[in-house]
Amino acid sequence: MNDNIFEAKNLKVHYKIKKSFGKGKAKILKAVDGIDLEIKEGEILALVGESGSGKTTTGKALLQLVPCQADTLLFEGAPLEPENRPAMKRFRQKAQMIYQDPYQSLNPRDQILDIVTEPLVVNKLVDTEEERIHKGKEALELAGLIPGEDFFFRYPYELSGGQRQRVVIASAMIMNPRFIVADEPVSMLDASIRTGILKLMVDLKKRINLSYLFITHDLSLAWLISDRIGILYLGKMMEIGDGDTIIHQGVHPYTKALLAVMPKPGQQREGLRDVLEGETPNPTDVIAGCKFYNRCPVAMDRCKETEPEMEQVGPGHYAACHLIDGLQMKQVEQTEQVEINE
Amino acid sequence: MSSLKNEMRKRKANAFLSSIVHNKMALTGTIILGFIILVAIFGPIFVPFSSTDLGNVEDMLLPPSARHWLGTDDMGRDVLANLMSGARISLLIGTMATLISMIIGTLVGIASGYFGKAVDNVLMRLTDFFLVIPWLPLMMVLAAILGTSIWNIILVIGITSWAGTARVVRSQTLSVKERQFVERTVSLGAGSWHIMVRHILPNVFPLIFANTVLIAATAILSETTLSFLGLGDPSRASWGMMLHYAFESGAASSNAYWYYLPPGICVVLVVLSFALMGYAFDEIMNPKFKER
Amino acid sequence: MKLLEVKNLQTYFTISQGTVKAVDGVSFDLDYGETLGLVGESGCGKTTSALSIAQLLPKEGKIVGGEIFLEGQDLAKLTDEEMQRFRWNDVSVAFQGAMNALNPVMRIGDQIAEAMILHQKLSRQDALKRASELLELMEIPGERIRQYPHEFSGGMKQRVMIAMALACNPKIIIGDEPTTALDVMVQAQILNIIEKLQKEFRMGFILITHDLSILSETCDKIAVMYAGKIVEKASARDLFKDTAHPYTKKLIGCFPNIEGEKIVPAGIPGVPPNMLNLPSGCPFAERCDYSQEICRIKMPESLEIRPSHFVACHRWEDLINER
Repeated sequence: MNDNIFEAKNLKVHYKIKKSFGKGKAKILKAVDGIDLEIKEGEILALVGESGSGKTTTGKALLQLVPCQADTLLFEGAPLEPENRPAMKRFRQKAQMIYQDPYQSLNPRDQILDIVTEPLVVNKLVDTEEERIHKGKEALELAGLIPGEDFFFRYPYELSGGQRQRVVIASAMIMNPRFIVADEPVSMLDASIRTGILKLMVDLKKRINLSYLFITHDLSLAWLISDRIGILYLGKMMEIGDGDTIIHQGVHPYTKALLAVMPKPGQQREGLRDVLEGETPNPTDVIAGCKFYNRCPVAMDRCKETEPEMEQVGPGHYAACHLIDGLQMKQVEQTEQVEINE
Repeated sequence: MSSLKNEMRKRKANAFLSSIVHNKMALTGTIILGFIILVAIFGPIFVPFSSTDLGNVEDMLLPPSARHWLGTDDMGRDVLANLMSGARISLLIGTMATLISMIIGTLVGIASGYFGKAVDNVLMRLTDFFLVIPWLPLMMVLAAILGTSIWNIILVIGITSWAGTARVVRSQTLSVKERQFVERTVSLGAGSWHIMVRHILPNVFPLIFANTVLIAATAILSETTLSFLGLGDPSRASWGMMLHYAFESGAASSNAYWYYLPPGICVVLVVLSFALMGYAFDEIMNPKFKER
Repeated sequence: MKLLEVKNLQTYFTISQGTVKAVDGVSFDLDYGETLGLVGESGCGKTTSALSIAQLLPKEGKIVGGEIFLEGQDLAKLTDEEMQRFRWNDVSVAFQGAMNALNPVMRIGDQIAEAMILHQKLSRQDALKRASELLELMEIPGERIRQYPHEFSGGMKQRVMIAMALACNPKIIIGDEPTTALDVMVQAQILNIIEKLQKEFRMGFILITHDLSILSETCDKIAVMYAGKIVEKASARDLFKDTAHPYTKKLIGCFPNIEGEKIVPAGIPGVPPNMLNLPSGCPFAERCDYSQEICRIKMPESLEIRPSHFVACHRWEDLINER
């Protein structure tokens, strides 16, 4: 029975931006503007979007690293209580984060053993020094740094990018979490190192039924590693569904645009790429209708006025676009047309 | 296991020492200061006179001779002996005052930078107060109120010099606080204390250290000034007090250079050595810990 | 006459621990309007090759051998002053993350104009006019020359950098990971712009990246580098369809292909060799699935196995036959 490890409804992260010298009204930066998502146990959900889409902020919001509001926010079926310190401590032991930049996420003055075992020390999960060393070694070797002792007293600057990222993973795993938010964990690593880290993450998921929120801007990477993919744009979910479905049967105009420009190894291109017109709006702009309106190649008047709701397109496949019914209709018309012509 | 740890520690220490040796400024500063400290501790053993031996009337203000290498002062006391014991006093006052200043400044700076908002506002206004007030009049007033014992002098100097450190530490804290590894530590469930002590402090420390060395120079200079103006502890002869008595007894006009020059030069040397070390440590400690 | 011919380029770095043979016998050429991709992982020498061509090496680096012919003239033999004329006028570079190199207190237009005023001796008025035109080419409204960097997004700033690289109408533009930090849509836009301009001005473009997937759709030919040498060099199509070097094969496998299977590839075990102490045989031997005795002893020569398809591997035939 696959329970939901995380469930969020109408998740929002809004920041008030004060105007300098009190000119005009304060603006609100809507980093995340009403997202629904659920992550099952043992599942990898990928959040794909460009910069400014809110994908990183969503991950941080789930881990309560930034203040957020939501109609529902359940972890393991129970609501999160940000004010309850003991409850938050227990939560943090089960929900960890892996950062993008292996150079910035480690304290340059700490030795590796101390970095990896810090979670245990902070949460008083070990009683003796031997236990700490033992668990540290275990975690490092679990992350592929073998033998663990070789790394104990080294400093981050002595390790390569891939090794550092393994240290980050080791320290995230040492408390046996149930859920991990991985924020572009491999984008700063060389291609051949990436696969090692990805393999490690997938192995861990299989071994202990770990769930991931995998944040990336690389749609092909999301397809490779995740079970489901959610496409974000300017703080809202545009489409969500199975990995294969999104890639091969994505319906949202934004998804299609991303797929059109996605570089595919080995493919040769005829002519120029299909790039979207315009620029991404400012997240402080107040947009009444669909957030994608000003760049959408198939936008209608309706899109400017009303924001589309998430509607079902297929099993487990949802998209927020006014054209969905229209699209399905069009597909039916086209097949009819073809049949007539034949 | 522990041998590996010790091995790493030794290696780090060696690297640090060699970087000092290779940096001319640090080396010069360390040598001068080291020499003065050695003399302060061991010097009086070699001099047959104590600093308080009062001599006969005819021994007053004698120029340097084989018997008294730096001559005698207006009370017939051996100047060299006084200089050495003065070294102890001046260095003691300087270092203790610096310690107090550093501790207060660091506490205020880190708390202010880390907690922000109301705490920051209050602490920074307090800091501004101490920054803006002219230190010499303040010191004179405090010395007059509290009395001129050696510990009061230390306190006075410490209280008037922490504000600069606090400001510098605060801005460094603000920048360290935003770094990703600090956020990571929050996500591990760490509390404020752990973050401030284990992550912010070590990353702020090189700055504090470089700053402290300069403050030490100022502290010693402050003590000299206070003493010279007559607010020092009359029962302990620091260099400042020697200068005070020198001028009081008219050594300048009677050209008894051996009385006022040596303490003056010593103060300059100590301050210079601290300044050199301060500049050099800034250089040494920064590039060492670059992550990339 | 080709636009650019690099023959046996050798660039070594002298550091306290020894000599690093960052580029060791690299040859390639580039024709007018052609795009060459230089691909490899960190430390393989691709950036150093580019910096050698543009003569922008740091002081520890020096071209110790080989020739770089730009329209027949050997750049490697020029003095610093002579090179000043070439730099930016004929060969310009757009760096990775260069958008962070913009002066925050200077208007965009002035920054673009700077290069032109320096190298082409244009008047400030003319230079600003041209800056405005360049922005239009970058699909940014020309009036924005009056704005400051903070008013531009990351992608726009990178386009400004490219505008700067184009300011003096160079013959060759070298892009060193020009789109790495950027979103995929912005990346596509920038690559589109460069391709359009290439066709219009018949510029040569050397694209340096670690991302093989953008190379196949952008470049005419690709050179794969490892430990300072080119291990395989071919047209974009041939490199993917007729891969002849084990490293290339493994590298291609590291990039997810949505037309293929959904398994996480194995990656390449081990680490790149220590550039201070390179082995005597093939530098890839110890990480290679196909390596044999001879690979560790003898450095493979670069052979032209098909027209314009070069590979430096003792076992290339086995690889080709496997397909």
